[in-house]
Amino acid sequence: MTNNLKSNILEINNLTVSFDGFKALNNLNFSIEQGELRVIIGPNGAGKTTFLDIITGKVKPTEGNVFFKGKNLRKFSEHQIARLGIGRKFQTPRIYLNLTVRENLDLTVNPQKNVFKTLFNPVRNNEKRTVAGLLETIGLTAKAELKADLLSHGEKQRLEIGMLVAQSPDLLLVDEPVAGLTDEETENVGALLLELAQSHSIIVIEHDMEFVRQIAKKVTVLHQGSVLCEGSMDQIQNDPKVIEVYLGEEQQHD
Amino acid sequence: METIINPQKNKQKNKRKLIIEGSIILGLTLILALVMPLILEPFRLKLLGRFLALGITALGIDLIWGYTGLLSLGHGIFFALGGYAIAMHIKLQIPDGQIPEFFTLYGVTKLPFFWQPFASFPFTFLAIFIIPAITAGILGYLVFRNRIKGVYFSILTQAALLVFFNFFNGQQKLINGTNGLKTDTDTIFNLVAGSNQAQIIFYELTILGIIVSYLLCRWLTSGRFGRLLIAIRDDEMRLRFSGYDPTPFKVLVFAISGAIAGLAGSLYTVQSGLITPETMKVAFSIEMVIWVAVGGRATLIGAIIGALAVNFGSSLFSEKFPEIWLFFQGALFLIVVTVLPDGLVGWVKNSGLNLIKNLLGIKPPVVTFPELVENPEILQEKEELINDK
Amino acid sequence: MSLFLESLFNGISIGSVLLISALGLAIVFGLMGVINLAHGELMMLGAYTTFVVQNLFKPLGDPWFNLYFIVAIPCAFVVSALMGLLLERGVIRYLYGRPLETLLATWGVSLILIQFVRSVNWSLMIGVILFLTIIICQKPIIKLINKIYILQLGNPTEKIKTWLNKIPLFLAIIFASISVFAINYSKQDFFIKPWFGAVNLNVTAPVWLRSPIKVPGLDFQISSSRIFIIILTVICIAVIYWFLNRSNWGLRIRAVTQNRTMSACLGIPTRQVDAITFAIGSGLAGIAGCAITLLGSVGPNTGQNYIIDAFMVVVVGGVGNLFGTVVAALAIGTIDYLLGSSTIVALLTPLEFLKPLTEFFTFFSSSNMAKVMVFALIISFLQIKPAGLFPQKGRTAEL
Repeated sequence: MTNNLKSNILEINNLTVSFDGFKALNNLNFSIEQGELRVIIGPNGAGKTTFLDIITGKVKPTEGNVFFKGKNLRKFSEHQIARLGIGRKFQTPRIYLNLTVRENLDLTVNPQKNVFKTLFNPVRNNEKRTVAGLLETIGLTAKAELKADLLSHGEKQRLEIGMLVAQSPDLLLVDEPVAGLTDEETENVGALLLELAQSHSIIVIEHDMEFVRQIAKKVTVLHQGSVLCEGSMDQIQNDPKVIEVYLGEEQQHD
Repeated sequence: METIINPQKNKQKNKRKLIIEGSIILGLTLILALVMPLILEPFRLKLLGRFLALGITALGIDLIWGYTGLLSLGHGIFFALGGYAIAMHIKLQIPDGQIPEFFTLYGVTKLPFFWQPFASFPFTFLAIFIIPAITAGILGYLVFRNRIKGVYFSILTQAALLVFFNFFNGQQKLINGTNGLKTDTDTIFNLVAGSNQAQIIFYELTILGIIVSYLLCRWLTSGRFGRLLIAIRDDEMRLRFSGYDPTPFKVLVFAISGAIAGLAGSLYTVQSGLITPETMKVAFSIEMVIWVAVGGRATLIGAIIGALAVNFGSSLFSEKFPEIWLFFQGALFLIVVTVLPDGLVGWVKNSGLNLIKNLLGIKPPVVTFPELVENPEILQEKEELINDK
Repeated sequence: MSLFLESLFNGISIGSVLLISALGLAIVFGLMGVINLAHGELMMLGAYTTFVVQNLFKPLGDPWFNLYFIVAIPCAFVVSALMGLLLERGVIRYLYGRPLETLLATWGVSLILIQFVRSVNWSLMIGVILFLTIIICQKPIIKLINKIYILQLGNPTEKIKTWLNKIPLFLAIIFASISVFAINYSKQDFFIKPWFGAVNLNVTAPVWLRSPIKVPGLDFQISSSRIFIIILTVICIAVIYWFLNRSNWGLRIRAVTQNRTMSACLGIPTRQVDAITFAIGSGLAGIAGCAITLLGSVGPNTGQNYIIDAFMVVVVGGVGNLFGTVVAALAIGTIDYLLGSSTIVALLTPLEFLKPLTEFFTFFSSSNMAKVMVFALIISFLQIKPAGLFPQKGRTAEL
């Protein structure tokens, strides 16, 4: 696995995380190639969110290592990892409610994120253009001057994805982007993600199987903190192990 | 799309707002600086000057509490540090080789080493800002780097306050302990600090100080930096995932706030003629916070209004009803927090204006969801409906 | 050896005072994330209750008087707990989720309590009782007002309704203040003489708490009141431990501490749990207040002297862990004593080569300066363990 490290943007080796003895992740191995869109599914408590916490540096691994572009992430803190090029969207939208939509994007698009540069550097025109372009992409141009507080849930989800892109990361981590959205909105978000996938590597965590079918080429199934199996949607659906832990019930419903 | 809000219109609107704000500030300044000294008797003017100095502190607290969400209960430290700096300078306005009188009481014959640089005015002037800023910076750095926040931060600043109080109280041989430093009979720039002439100058300096601090805070809280402060207040963790490290931002605003408090402390000291460790009492630092709360958090002008209102109110009340004054003060805390969480300015903005208009018989305009007619989704639906027909 | 034992004993004894005053604070903070700045004043109320109980027992004569302290403890608990309940119901429950505002509100309460004990007399007491009675019986009053309004003016709008509901509050304030002013105006000595005044009061400890205990083989005396405080603290800890871990309400409290929303969904009355916890925390402050009467005179400002140290215990101990609070209190108490009493200086003086170090510690060897040093140590400790001795772990720990 280590020999093709260069094409793998993210590489996780033998990762274990334990909270007071409880192993949230257990000897997990995972890798994703440059420019790939990967969907991770798994039943509740499989360790999906902890998985993202590890990559973004919120939780440090008990054992094992995470490599991003060949760099070991263990010694970096969250903001450094974000600056390396990993962006994250949270399960419930986390945006700055007291700022307007434009200001939300403006904060994340800032290319120099240390104190004095933020204070003294003027906002450049190309940054303004990026924000305007993003507003169009996520369809919030008309609401740019509204407080984010007033947005609907779907709009908040789109805004957060927009903030994620504004950060111009190389790897996007997207946690349940369509939870609580209508069918139409779900499709829009799916299209947005597919569009982004052309220029970014993306990891999506999702429960909504319809949605997974729409966007996924390769799917990873997590179960009890380790990878259960990996493959295309069809392979996954026909894997007896997966059917047992996860999809089995759903097929009976069908 | 045609529906994009016209940026030209927005810019003009902002410009007009800025001009209005600027002229209000200019007008108030002129009134305070030129008219007040003529119509107020020296005693009242001194009072006003002192309260304006307290207003400067309130600005600093608003910066960190109202905008950044850090409740400091230890701003008395920085206030006192600024006060002691200027008082030490005034105390050293004596012939070479002599040392301030109080030292002889404790049998000290040699000026303690840290007093020596305060003989120079430029040093003292810088020290008024820099010593509190550095103190705040170090304290802030040690606390923020470990992601200690919320009430933890508040009670740690309170403990720091107690520590400084103990230190200044206990060190008679260094800074005259409980008695503090008295400045009004000493001279500064060949003027007796307590004389009317000097007091007028101090008053005008206070006005200058409050304007400079206001403009500084105004500059910090507008623009990207200001929005970042609000983001820190609302969701600090999210900011980390966007690639910002909140710690240096918080350290910087805390240090600036400390420096502003230091300036306020020095101006207050020369006008009251005395600085003692009492300024580092727990109660005083909490009162500073309540000024901001009364005026309205995250509105800079509110902080100044709050400081003036509470202090004038309390000087009136505590004279009239000294024995039940604490009841009123306690009730003020409760009322502000429960009934008036946005403060006076916030209340006027939210409901006060409407109330006044109502009383005058002016009906408020009917407001729908903002920009409803410009909402692209609604426009799209309209189009579809038309097309369907 | 004897020096060591003496320091250890004194350290533990200071630590146990700290612990008993921080215990209630820690429980409340663990459950609700609320720092109660009026905690010190609740202690002060406990101390004043002890004083009152003592005065009630005085006429009874000797054998009984010696027992008053045993009676005072539960009384102090009840008085402070009731006060805490009032505080929770009247103020804090409106401020959940706004910890910084709670901090300010409880400070306001502490000011009111300080002034209250200073100026309390019969007239003020009557006013307070009148006020509380009207507030407690406000339901029928509101009903009556609504009925009258409907009969006279027709159905009230929502806006008027909210104002109608506030009428009892205004009535209570008006009636109470009128009665207080009227009674004060009458200048009857009985009514307007302050009960305590602003001066410090001395509580005389019963004989059995005054005589020092001499332990054979040790050349220092052990004060029996300090032993008593240590025992009292141990009992409190044991009872609280039992209550939290073995009783039904304890289980609920722990559940709410861990996950408030989930507990509410499972049918735990979280509001009631809050009120009970707050009352118990306040009651513990009352017991602490009772204990500190043994250490010196008490005044309206007594609480303020203990409160910040108690906060530091909570910060160092970590949230929601009784054991952490115990360890933190004992550690802070011992270090404080060792520094402040110049024990370290005494130990170091014979060692000539450590002279600079000795001088360093001499500088910090007063009770004032020891606090400076302890704070520096706490800040350094937090650099290593920012979440206290026993931090909570897991996914929900920090968001």
